[in-house]
Amino acid sequence: MSKLLALLLVFTGAFTTGQEITVAAAADMSAALPQLVEAYTKKTGQTVKLSFGASGNLTNQIRNGAPFDVFFSADEQYPNQLISEGLASKDTLYRYAVGRLVLWVPGDSPLDLSKLGIQALLDRSVKKISIANPATAPYGRAAEAALRHFGIYDQVSSRLVLGESVSQAAQFVESGNAQAGLIALSHALAPAMKDKGRYWTVPLDAYPTLNQAAVVLSKSKQQDATRKFLDFLRSPEATSLLSSYGFSLPAEQH
Amino acid sequence: MNWEAFWLTVRLAAIVSMLLLAIGIPVAYWVTYSRWRWKFLIEAAVALPIVLPPTVLGFYVLVALGSRSPLGRWWESLTGHTLAFTFEGLVVGSLLYSLPFAVQPFAASFGAVDSSLLRASASLGQSPLQTFRRIVLPLSKAGLVTGFALSFAHTLGEFGVVLMVGGNIPGVTRTISIDIYDQVQTANYSSANQTALVLLIISFVVLSIVYGLNRRPWTVGPWR
Repeated sequence: MSKLLALLLVFTGAFTTGQEITVAAAADMSAALPQLVEAYTKKTGQTVKLSFGASGNLTNQIRNGAPFDVFFSADEQYPNQLISEGLASKDTLYRYAVGRLVLWVPGDSPLDLSKLGIQALLDRSVKKISIANPATAPYGRAAEAALRHFGIYDQVSSRLVLGESVSQAAQFVESGNAQAGLIALSHALAPAMKDKGRYWTVPLDAYPTLNQAAVVLSKSKQQDATRKFLDFLRSPEATSLLSSYGFSLPAEQH
Repeated sequence: MNWEAFWLTVRLAAIVSMLLLAIGIPVAYWVTYSRWRWKFLIEAAVALPIVLPPTVLGFYVLVALGSRSPLGRWWESLTGHTLAFTFEGLVVGSLLYSLPFAVQPFAASFGAVDSSLLRASASLGQSPLQTFRRIVLPLSKAGLVTGFALSFAHTLGEFGVVLMVGGNIPGVTRTISIDIYDQVQTANYSSANQTALVLLIISFVVLSIVYGLNRRPWTVGPWR
């Protein structure tokens, strides 16, 4: 009987959860963050669990008591909302990166992105354009803003398909089901997509800057360990890895 | 309450359950009467969607029927677009997803028809098809309604396949379950609540019809 109980405890993870940090992270971090965590675990022995999703979805999960220690958003708005609701501590708010939006097409696409830029979306061969859902994903809002900035939103809106997160938007175009996608630069540079297509970087003035902020959640029982992990993100090792995924560093810190 | 998503979903469920009535009857007929020794393999394949996660079906519709596969290219040359992100794509996905919910009740009711009636019909010179049409089908009415209603209700509640292949396009692929998901994710709980309640009531009514039809008021139980 006690053996059975022990087995049950192992399966439910009761022996391991004590020391772990659980991270909720924006979908655009799905390639870079596992590498950062690997480096951090190797260095400190600290294990880190990762959950990815659209920042809005994760915010909603946190509101409903999801057991995360820290939240890496793809914008600043969601962390600030959590702070104002008392669910995250203001002093831990840290802009860890600036995200970039790119227009991505599969390798077999006939479109010359360097010549056409965003106008490539008006080509007849582009039947579906994948973006993240603007209701829950900062990258979706950025994509919508960029399309409006270039004055082509009304022309393309009937061809937009919405990914549940920017990862799904990337998957839609990577699999060839959409012919073009407005996705995260970090996905375009990730090993899974790097050699499968071409991209055009959407100019920064076309959409509100994606100041990606992280914040430690008030309910976390791992406050110290989580803050240490955030400190690691400020290290040269971490920032150089982030920049290899196309993230730039925020201009000013608070 | 998003009525556009609601009627879209009702239309999807109605089309799928009617197509499954047309597809399911011959499949169930074959499953019931075939004596092929490997028949169980087909039965297992038909039942697969009951146990397979909808994400697997969604993945196949996206990749195996996508623009990189021969099947997907054939569809594209026929219609000019891929299956993903279209209403037809949802119909195809839902047909697979709800197939066992039609075929199994059909086959069960066909199999329950007294075989002496079939022999009597044959001895009176009726062909197997005529026997099926005039004896088996009328006697299987409850099973046909059950299969129709279950595939309708099952399609109504479909989520995983639609999430993976739909692309959340309003009026085209944003079904009611996706709408509820969006409402919850953006913390619009009151709207999610309304829609969820409507879906709950419809599902309960449909299932009540199924169980009401199948009740046996004269059953003598051991407890009597």
